[in-house]
Amino acid sequence: MDIDRIDQIIEKHEGAASSLIQVLLDIQSENHWLPKAALKQVSEKLQVPLLQVQHVATFYKTFSLVPKGRHEVNICMGTACHVRGAGRVLDKVEELTGIKPGETDLDLKFSLETVNCVGCCALGPVMDINGKTHGKISPTKTEKLLKSYE
Amino acid sequence: MSEILIQIDGKEVKAREGMTVLEAAKGAGIFIPTLCHHEQLEPFGGCRICIVETESGGKTMLAASCVYPVEENMVVNTRSEKIDRIRKSLLELLMAHAPDSPQLNELAEEYGADRDRYEKETSFCIHCGLCVRYCAEVEKKDAIGFVDRGVRKEISFVPEIASRECNACKRCFPLCPTSYLQAAFVLTESFSFPSESSEHK
Amino acid sequence: MPSIKSPDELEAFRKNVLSNRDPSKPSITLCSGTACHATGSKEVAAAFEQELEQQGMKTDINFRKTGCHGFCEKGPIVIIDPEEICYLQVTPKDVPDIIGQTIKEKKVLDHLLYTDAITGEKTALESEIPFYKHQQRNVFGPNRRIDPRSIEDYIAIGGFQALPKALLEMAPDEIIAEVKAANLRGRGGGGFPAGQKWEFARNAPGEQKYVVVNCDEGDPGAYMDRSLMEGNPFVVLEGLLIGAYAIGASEGYFYVRQEYPLARKNLDIAIGQVEELGLLGKNILGSGFDFNVHVHRGAGAFVCGEETALLMSLEGRAGEPKSRPPYPAIKGLWGKPTNINNVETWANVPLIINEGAGALTSIGTENSKGTKIFSLVGKINNTGLVEVPMGITLEDIIYKIGGGIPGGKKFKAVQTGGPSGGCIPENMLDLKVGFDELSKAGSMMGSGGMIVMDEDTCMVDIARYFIDFLTDESCGKCVPCREGLRQMHKILTRITEGNGKEGDIERLQEIAETAREASLCALGKTSANPFLSTFHYFKDEYEAHIKEKRCPALSCKELISFYIDPDKCAACMICIKKCPVDAIDGAKKKIHIIDQAECTNCGTCFDVCPSKFDAVVKFSGVPVPPPISEEARMISKKSK
Repeated sequence: MDIDRIDQIIEKHEGAASSLIQVLLDIQSENHWLPKAALKQVSEKLQVPLLQVQHVATFYKTFSLVPKGRHEVNICMGTACHVRGAGRVLDKVEELTGIKPGETDLDLKFSLETVNCVGCCALGPVMDINGKTHGKISPTKTEKLLKSYE
Repeated sequence: MSEILIQIDGKEVKAREGMTVLEAAKGAGIFIPTLCHHEQLEPFGGCRICIVETESGGKTMLAASCVYPVEENMVVNTRSEKIDRIRKSLLELLMAHAPDSPQLNELAEEYGADRDRYEKETSFCIHCGLCVRYCAEVEKKDAIGFVDRGVRKEISFVPEIASRECNACKRCFPLCPTSYLQAAFVLTESFSFPSESSEHK
Repeated sequence: MPSIKSPDELEAFRKNVLSNRDPSKPSITLCSGTACHATGSKEVAAAFEQELEQQGMKTDINFRKTGCHGFCEKGPIVIIDPEEICYLQVTPKDVPDIIGQTIKEKKVLDHLLYTDAITGEKTALESEIPFYKHQQRNVFGPNRRIDPRSIEDYIAIGGFQALPKALLEMAPDEIIAEVKAANLRGRGGGGFPAGQKWEFARNAPGEQKYVVVNCDEGDPGAYMDRSLMEGNPFVVLEGLLIGAYAIGASEGYFYVRQEYPLARKNLDIAIGQVEELGLLGKNILGSGFDFNVHVHRGAGAFVCGEETALLMSLEGRAGEPKSRPPYPAIKGLWGKPTNINNVETWANVPLIINEGAGALTSIGTENSKGTKIFSLVGKINNTGLVEVPMGITLEDIIYKIGGGIPGGKKFKAVQTGGPSGGCIPENMLDLKVGFDELSKAGSMMGSGGMIVMDEDTCMVDIARYFIDFLTDESCGKCVPCREGLRQMHKILTRITEGNGKEGDIERLQEIAETAREASLCALGKTSANPFLSTFHYFKDEYEAHIKEKRCPALSCKELISFYIDPDKCAACMICIKKCPVDAIDGAKKKIHIIDQAECTNCGTCFDVCPSKFDAVVKFSGVPVPPPISEEARMISKKSK
């Protein structure tokens, strides 16, 4: 990611040290991950120790320190979805993609994450792919769905 | 700072407003065990070994004495069946990580903790935070810190800073109760320190 | 929009807005909350806009997209006014008929009406539908009537009446007294009296004070705050303004979890409109009170719902809770007095100011006043958000409003309070809902998540699930929580896999005491509740898992075996084709048999066997029956 773009984002938040999380969120949202160079730039410009930037970047689940795949698959593991069988959907997705939550496949095609409740409990189990919510997912429907992504 | 009178283990203790229960106890020569506490560092409140029973304003509860502020007429007990039971449990949980730590073993003997109560864990860091806090507060180098959270939390050196500063310093090493710090340093040095010819970007 | 500088100007603006609205004009309301979005409300909206355009009816009909109505199981929801006809599960295909028949010819479309699952009776009027009828939607109700992106809608229904009253007719102490008298207890989980918290902050020394809206809503299965924030950010803003004035805070922060983009968007738009109208900024309504707000996003950490962790996060740090005392009311954000309350708590404030403390005290139990919004989810027919008076029984919520358990299954337990809460069994369904009542039963109110479970839910697995959640979310600072969860997770996982050991329960109980007594924050203190409450009421399930390696609910993967009942199998071949490990043997007229050695317990055969056969059954704790003979496997025309 462009250093200039990072500086722009930092300026938007008036360079305040307390805006660290907001700055990183903007970078994550545009770039889909936080490269080390970005962390260093943010540390310098916000005058926050690299240590703190590192802690924040690893503490919060939204941030990724490794590149993500083209398609981000999020499976809701909230209680309502769990009770309706989300665990088996997860097993199926792991089987089909070959990766576990937190991982990205070698082709950089899919990234898999589990999330704790997207608030669509009436549609459980719920799977979110690239921001699109798919409800009433079953292991069989999952196969068809994932195959439709290039 | 106004004077506050409290009672610890039946003894009347004079304390000052703003003091913690641990400070007041130390001043009166009363011993409370600690693992994550250090004279030169801000109180951390992480290990919870220093918990004591406090009764104040009609409320009885357990509090971590290293961070709990003294209150007028507070009554404190540093030992009881409950406190001993909990300290034993905390030690057993920690000894799943570092059964050979001298500090843990000394306390284990006092509280009857069983080093094998829980299945052994692979990491022998007990997260006392002494290394992290010492580097930040005393040396002010920020060469080592925590990463991640919960059961995945770990200490981690910042290779760029550690490679510059640590070999000449290492003043945090003696603080580590389990020598995990030393082991982590050796690993970081071998795998992550930037080589002389190229800086890692 | 004009810039309002006095209560009189505000009233003039309100009159103006109302004069431009014709209450008898027909209107179409479409629920456009996140859940309805996921079931296609966007496409329905487009269809309405197109059809109204084509029919030249755009100016004759009010078409309004609102926030969540709460009946999420049956979305997208459309309501036709003034008749109040409620249509459920509307698709774009239904739109021409809705316009052509219902709007133009006043004919009701039966197939879109609510139908009782048992009697088949249809209900047309929204307020008559059992799901809505038994609710008391004092706080959530306005969602149904306003477009969240229209401050004029909010003003038209009477919004921003409490604000001028508070700022210009009441002193800060009077406001606090009223909120105290109403006994408004925190709706986010703590249940602490809000008025008292406000008083602590007001009396704390210091000039600079802050107020914070906690919209981190991390309990999985709970989405009340999300829907309030999406559907009516104005009521939260109004409550916040009043509270800030009462406390003496000049700055406010909204902490919105990152997973709620629509809530954030609607909040940003609302703030912009409120600012434009002059109700945020300097000298609001000529009262001399200045107030500004900032929106801060969370970044995926459940622990940031805890007050002090939230403050750390606002300061740009890792969300590790702090020891108390000092409490945030004395030393909070950047060391200044800070009052944090939950979204729903703030949303109750305008009601209290408008109607007095009686608006809450006239409802509820002795110590739990007013209403509470719950998210009723899980194994329940009518999933959604429900607002009920405190004191209503769990039975009424689950059966009268929730419509009971789907699939004819038997109710087993209802879990309340999120990961810090507990499970309540069938014999306690007459429990009256309230803070203290739920705590006495071994659970808690929490933020309002209510997850219904049936006979197929394994309670040991539920404990493991919540502990698993907490190991991921604990900040890791203190030993009882971090290490306690680590070991509880290991032990519970082993038990669900059939590897329970002697002493496991004792170890879990020891950890539970240590966590409860010695943890730094509420997450740690309540971390053992999932185990404690399920063990208290469902001890037999734990014993079955540990002593007999049996899962009574037939749920724990490692403890069940799948078996094809030869009396029911029709040899249709579906399961053979779908089995991912080719563990099923059989042919078109040969009864299928699962090879137990190859089977991985994935459950696919169980899912795909057609319901008219229902031939796949589960066994646990006992071996499956031996396979029948080869001859018996052959299906002949005579035998079937």
